Amino acid sequence: MAIGIIQEKERLAFRFDKLGVIISILALYGALLAPFATYRANRIIQGEARGIMEALPPHLGYGLLFLVVAGAAVALLRTPALFRMAMALAALAALAGLIGIAADHLTPPENSYARVSPASGFWVLVFAFSLLLTDALTRLHPGPGLRLLVLAGVLVLAGSMLVAGRWDGLSIMKEYANRADLFWAEAGRHVTLALGSLAAATVVGLPLGILCHRVERLRAGVLNVLNAIQTIPSIALFGILIAPLGWIAANIPGASAVGIRGIGAAPAFVALFLYSLLPVVANTVVGLAGVPRAANDAARGIGMTDRQRLVTIEFPLAFPVILTGIRIVLVQNIGLATIAALIGGGGFGVFVFQGVGQTAMDLVLLGAIPTVVLAFTAAIVLDALIEMTVPNSSQGNAA
Amino acid sequence: MIQIEEVTKRYGDTTVVNGVTLTVAPHTVTVIVGTSGSGKTTLLRMINRLVEPTAGIVKIDGEDNRSIPGYELRRRIGYAIQGHGLFPHRTVAQNIATVPTLLGWEKDRTEAKVEELLKLFQLDPADFGPRYPHELSGGQQQRVGVARALAAEPNVLLMDEPFGALDPIIRSKAQEDLTAIQKHFGTTIILVTHDMEEAFHLADKIAVMDKGEVVQYATPAEMLVKPATPFVETLVGASERPFRLLGIETVGEAVEPGSAEGRPVPEVLSQRDALSELLWSGRSALPVAAANGEILGRVTLQAIVKRAARPR
Repeated sequence: MAIGIIQEKERLAFRFDKLGVIISILALYGALLAPFATYRANRIIQGEARGIMEALPPHLGYGLLFLVVAGAAVALLRTPALFRMAMALAALAALAGLIGIAADHLTPPENSYARVSPASGFWVLVFAFSLLLTDALTRLHPGPGLRLLVLAGVLVLAGSMLVAGRWDGLSIMKEYANRADLFWAEAGRHVTLALGSLAAATVVGLPLGILCHRVERLRAGVLNVLNAIQTIPSIALFGILIAPLGWIAANIPGASAVGIRGIGAAPAFVALFLYSLLPVVANTVVGLAGVPRAANDAARGIGMTDRQRLVTIEFPLAFPVILTGIRIVLVQNIGLATIAALIGGGGFGVFVFQGVGQTAMDLVLLGAIPTVVLAFTAAIVLDALIEMTVPNSSQGNAA
Repeated sequence: MIQIEEVTKRYGDTTVVNGVTLTVAPHTVTVIVGTSGSGKTTLLRMINRLVEPTAGIVKIDGEDNRSIPGYELRRRIGYAIQGHGLFPHRTVAQNIATVPTLLGWEKDRTEAKVEELLKLFQLDPADFGPRYPHELSGGQQQRVGVARALAAEPNVLLMDEPFGALDPIIRSKAQEDLTAIQKHFGTTIILVTHDMEEAFHLADKIAVMDKGEVVQYATPAEMLVKPATPFVETLVGASERPFRLLGIETVGEAVEPGSAEGRPVPEVLSQRDALSELLWSGRSALPVAAANGEILGRVTLQAIVKRAARPR
């Protein structure tokens, strides 16, 4: 009898999901205690909080509450990973749709000054269900292809919401509507800065890494210099570059014609390039050093030239590690390029700093959210690529 | 034929190989033994110019090995190393096809060669060809390593402790295989090892190296009977000598007329194994049979004991 009770207790305790407890607490807090949306009569005034039932028409409000409670229950109990993923996706899709509806519901008709933006409750809910989604995805062990597919699905969903105008009532989209042309121009500049400096760093860093691998005396020196550069704060590096680049622009004919100036895109590009070198060079060196000695010796012993050995043996085996370096650089550059706006380099940072200057939080988000989405997408895509290029040899890949 | 003439290798002030002269007859197995740091691997690597000699000449079939670029030379010489050195990102078939591909063989010819070699090493081509090296056992990896070294049908095969990473049972099987392959292709093999047992098992001639010099270059029997220096004597192992001597010769050489009780032993069995069988079964003679089962005579305990004694 007593044993039976203990077993019963153990079984019950066992059925709770540890992470699920946190997720469900977060979800319930976000839905019941925190405000869902903020209403402001105009762009920079202090906002008023609105709960779910105030922000949405009654039937949708009850619907969302029901969905959140159901989602919390699914998270709390030990449920199949596929089911958890479906629940999380449904909740996220509902949140995405309903915040747009809340904006339309809260904004008085014919009022173009009022602003509605998501409030803490919304963000907490998004966070809770994203956590549920990533946790479920991790448990499903999706292959790189499936991960890319999920990413594409989410992006397409968000994109179609944008195109269909479902979020047009939200304050951030109103900020966007006022400067759509500028937004895309800055987006182009941001991506060009991040990718261009990465490309330059790869073109320079790969040969430099190979050289460092082959010539041992060079290695410590090069890596130490690059390490030192990495420790300079980005704003300081921009500042340091103003003088030499200004001098180049003034004294070298044709330099200013191609856009080299003390401020603007040129120093931002150079700074991002310098930051990018260390991960590329270091990972090239580490990757090449990780090539099995015996394989290298055999390659030489059976008559490969140094070039053939580099191209057919060393490089393919080192490639995943090199790609990891490139991933670090890309994600880092997408974030760092935001700061380029400080010295007139353009990019999403323009909105962030304008928004800070005007205390217009929505404008800050207009710069910050695309940056985060871009960095997140780049990380997922490159992680999948790295996994796909790891040679079949690596034992850890067995799972 | 490989002629090593007065070859010396120095790294700074350290002389690793010092004026070595050695001639290896074609179609034979020569084993270079020595303690670690004796320069045996360096000597081997100077034959295919993975290491360039400081002084001296290496001639292969009468031709100076510096007459063609190093990588071209190495494509003509097989090379197998400890831990097999297979390329982990390439399949077994691709690994074996490396040198033929470098030489620009036709695809059909390469594929036929890969298949032939896999069969020769008792690996089913359809099963093992598409596998990756980490999907093979240690013994299989080692066999693929040797197959890769033989893919372009080299006259000379250099092996640097090829069986060092294998457990004893698989090692002796690999040694048997190598002997069979050597007979099959008639390849001249130079093998480096620190394992005396292996040397006596495989070698037509043994070169003992100590401190960068070859202190004795002789047949296994000669080395047992007349060790040139105390170092060679130690290396051969005084207590092992009679057994090593018996290990070199076969029962067929000790057979005498007469009959004996029990199951016959094959004439190719080593006298050492015959002795072991005699001692273990408590008999004084064993019948000896030819490969076709015909009884050739017998081998006696007395005769074997006599043969184990130091020749005069």
